[in-house]
Amino acid sequence: MNRFYVVLAAVAVVLAAAVFGLLKSGGGAPAAAAGPPPTVTDDGFRGYTQGSADAPVEITEYLDFECPVCATFAIIQMPTIKEQLINTGKVLWRYRDFPLPIHRYARFASHAAQCAGAQGRFFEMHDQLFANHQWAQTGRDPSSLFRDLAQRAGVNLDEYDKCMSEGRFAQRIEFSRQEGDQKLVDGTPTFYANGTKLNFRRLPTSDDFKRVVDSIIRVSPPKPRASGARQ
Amino acid sequence: MRHRQAIALLALVGLFVAIYLWLHALGYGGPIKCGTGDCDTVQASPYAVLFGFPVAFYGVVGYLGILIVAIIGLRPAALGDRRWTLLLALLATVGVLFSAYLTYLELFVIHAICRWCVGSAAIITAIWIVALSALRRPALPTSPETRTDPVA
Repeated sequence: MNRFYVVLAAVAVVLAAAVFGLLKSGGGAPAAAAGPPPTVTDDGFRGYTQGSADAPVEITEYLDFECPVCATFAIIQMPTIKEQLINTGKVLWRYRDFPLPIHRYARFASHAAQCAGAQGRFFEMHDQLFANHQWAQTGRDPSSLFRDLAQRAGVNLDEYDKCMSEGRFAQRIEFSRQEGDQKLVDGTPTFYANGTKLNFRRLPTSDDFKRVVDSIIRVSPPKPRASGARQ
Repeated sequence: MRHRQAIALLALVGLFVAIYLWLHALGYGGPIKCGTGDCDTVQASPYAVLFGFPVAFYGVVGYLGILIVAIIGLRPAALGDRRWTLLLALLATVGVLFSAYLTYLELFVIHAICRWCVGSAAIITAIWIVALSALRRPALPTSPETRTDPVA
């Protein structure tokens, strides 16, 4: 009987060491992708866009993937906006990163979306990050989850891992954030219509955007184009 | 006695699996080590929290309870008492049912499998099988020699 307790204690020690080792070797979000870069250069990129390049109205959205309001907007309002305004050729929608410093993994999420975008899967990853937004409430390191989401978005994981570990788009994201600062982005999501900031007193609905777009089209001012736009 | 020893060992392994998942749910240790599974999808789902506590916490409580009962049941004075076997079978049945519910959620609701959860389900199922087979065995003699033998 005593021998059994010795075996039990030995097994407990081995298991405790194994759990400690698992926790210790946690890895986590690579700093290159999760933190701000030491320097910033302009690579000419001005955000992924949806819609016709000839649309009379260009809406630029500054978003933070960890922001719950952005997630609500993306899930509740964007499908109608796409149907009524983007798919009808009225609006070109531009997505710009504005990771807020209060959100620990916002920059990391932006980076995951950019790495997916490098493989032509930005919008799929964007949708995955917002549709599975529980990650933003747990406070846990989401790097494994993001890999799962990237896989679901059709991203090649070997290339994704390489992109994330080297922080390939960290400068691009920081450039976008600084651009947002210059444009007086004071929260997320913040929207601009043909370069003019839209001041909504609450989270805007698809109807709000329809009113804005229709009023711009009625007046039809020339639309300033952002250089280096990619789709 | 062998049954209770086996249950104690299995419960110990299950306890550490649950502790790992619980600590991960509390934010320790970075991303979960999952290999080819979808552990993070499961852990990030709304079903990963029950009554305000991570599901893994109930695993810790359950395995710890089974371990304690098994060790108490291994005392010489308790070896012949079938009530401990019955209690172990009862606890294991609750665990198996809870585990079956979680596996159902993984397969048909979350559509993701966590290999740690599968491991835990296998452990509690093994405990249940051992506990049931112990119930089917005749009771040990409860002579004073048996009850007080320190190496039995």
